[in-house]
Amino acid sequence: MIEAITDSGERREMTINMGPQHPSTHGVLRLELVLDGEVVKHVKPHIGYLHRCFEKYAEQMDDYAKVIPYTDRMDYVSAMNQEHGYVLAVERMLELEVPERVEYIRVIMAELQRIASHLLGIGAFGLDLGAFTPFLYLFIEREKILDIFEKASGARLLYNYMAVAGLMRDVHPEFKDEVADFVKTFRPKIKELDDLLSYNKIFVRRTANIGVLPVKVALNYAASGPVLRGSGFKWDLRKNDPYSIYDRFDFDIPVGSGEMGSLGDCWDRYIVRVKEMEQSLRIIEQALDGMPDEGDVMAAIPKRIRPKEGELYVRTESPRGELGYYIVSDKSASPFRVKARAPSFVHLSMLPAISKGALIADIVAIVGSIDIVLGEVDR
Amino acid sequence: MTQYLLNINPIAILVHAAIPLTIILVYALVAIWAERKVAGFIQDRLGPMRVGGWHGWAQSIADLLKLIQKEDIIPADSSRFLFKFAPFMMFAASYAAFAVIPFSSSYIGSNINIGVFYLLAVTSVLTLSIIMAGWASNNKWSLLGGMRSAAQLVSYEVPTIATVLTVIVVTGSLNLMTITEMQSGNDILGFLPNWLIFQNPFLLVAFVIFFISILAESHRVPFDLPESESELVAGYQTEYSGMRWAMFMLAEYADMLLLSLLGATLFFGGWNSPFGEFMSGPFWSFFWFMLKGLLLVFVMMWIRWTLPRYRVDQLMYICWSILIPLSFINLVLVALWEVIF
Repeated sequence: MIEAITDSGERREMTINMGPQHPSTHGVLRLELVLDGEVVKHVKPHIGYLHRCFEKYAEQMDDYAKVIPYTDRMDYVSAMNQEHGYVLAVERMLELEVPERVEYIRVIMAELQRIASHLLGIGAFGLDLGAFTPFLYLFIEREKILDIFEKASGARLLYNYMAVAGLMRDVHPEFKDEVADFVKTFRPKIKELDDLLSYNKIFVRRTANIGVLPVKVALNYAASGPVLRGSGFKWDLRKNDPYSIYDRFDFDIPVGSGEMGSLGDCWDRYIVRVKEMEQSLRIIEQALDGMPDEGDVMAAIPKRIRPKEGELYVRTESPRGELGYYIVSDKSASPFRVKARAPSFVHLSMLPAISKGALIADIVAIVGSIDIVLGEVDR
Repeated sequence: MTQYLLNINPIAILVHAAIPLTIILVYALVAIWAERKVAGFIQDRLGPMRVGGWHGWAQSIADLLKLIQKEDIIPADSSRFLFKFAPFMMFAASYAAFAVIPFSSSYIGSNINIGVFYLLAVTSVLTLSIIMAGWASNNKWSLLGGMRSAAQLVSYEVPTIATVLTVIVVTGSLNLMTITEMQSGNDILGFLPNWLIFQNPFLLVAFVIFFISILAESHRVPFDLPESESELVAGYQTEYSGMRWAMFMLAEYADMLLLSLLGATLFFGGWNSPFGEFMSGPFWSFFWFMLKGLLLVFVMMWIRWTLPRYRVDQLMYICWSILIPLSFINLVLVALWEVIF
């Protein structure tokens, strides 16, 4: 049935489906847009196209360790961070100490993954705005990180590298040199990115004052990560609630300042990610200095883990924000319940609030700037 | 009129029709391949390398063969006739305009007195065919793309025409052959060719405005809103596939070449050699003319792979608030310059 659009009343508006196969919805998100011309009146995100029953699987696995590959598949862009959060939670449940070397390698891996994830995030953001070339430049850098991961874990996307009480295997002998090399070559590339994209006039005009997220709204929606920091709120779990060995490192928390437009716009969220990559490089350098050269990468644990009865919530800072694992144990071999608190899901729920009155092109920019991964939204 | 029609030699018409068509088709195959190579080199990769051996030179031919074989899909609720007709009309519009382009010192399809006027008039049919395609597809994304392009092309025709007018003020002729002939010789500062762009500082400004406008007219980045991939899926082309889609591509590239050649004619001396008498003559003039046009096409590709895209309201702002006032002020200044010097 073809509906006619008239000039007045309800018929003036047009409902249009953006996705699930739209090129810039970052996977399988469907947005129901109500348009008046090109102005968006309402946005309604529809999710669930990538639902894979993570939580139910976790209960059925009969082993805490077997859940780790599934955590990889939640946010497939930053699998290391997802594993990190989960193994930390299980270890805290077991009240386990892991070797020093493991902590350092985990932090290096997590920070490298954060850079890789931000590279993809800001590259795809540029792509959404029509800038193809920066995307591929950033992919060259991301490739180097994935090469390091591949040598260490054997996989390039879903690593299954961190294990409860340690690591699957030790890193390769050249690991330290390779990471140091990467840090050295990557620093100038951030400058290059700034020249090509960040301060590009067209890019700024497309992102400044668009999708403004006031800090109060951000807090009400429980936003976290770069989205919250983009609104100027200094909150980073690595500093505010240190886990692993993050209290040993010296780094800053970049926040948005409304430099190009108003505080909390798309450009602020973007630039926070760019600056975070520099901070991650600083953490990696310090971790490389402190990392012991020798040592075990696995603490002694029983083959089957059975944590004592209880529940706990452990939160870590993933590239997208606060990633929390709520685990309930009933003393059996598999968790009674695992609930993941995914930042992308929270940020996607803010979309209707920050995109009223935007144009279609702005919706694309806003979705790109909150940097969601649908695997994590749907789980 | 009847007398005129009777005097036409059908063979001559066929020849005059075939020459620009051959040029466009050969150019389109080369340009699509070149676009991918340029994109590849700008993005630090190789681009097509396999088909045909040397740097994948046969890639476009392979793509064309693939497109010919594809199923011809027409959406169920579409307006069938308009849907089928739109791509051909779009190509016809740019193809017809090539008739007045002076390809060489001894070849022009139709040496009419109102050449520029004819060219601008015929190319405005492009807008119509895009709206036709967008509406006939019965797809909301196509419709949005079609409407965007209507607004964009109609708006940017104004600065394009205003800058073309500045050239006409200087040359006093609408005939592109005459305009080109007026730019022969190397007299400026003793060595520079007498191209219009060197003759007068305001014509340089006019060229900049003209170039921005033709970027928008041929909807290239940063003004590629009608088919902006990340927003409108593929704009008015969303429902097209196979040969009809290929016709859109062909028309797009033909349009790029047409406007670049127009720019070369109006500002860069058309088929005149940059070295005066050296390397001139019918063949070399064709060479210089295509070289100038293709250089402008290359700059368009270069911009495409460097810049992000403007938003639709910003695009309109640039046109109506910046380019149009500027081009009219420029027109007056050029006229004053002509009166004084």
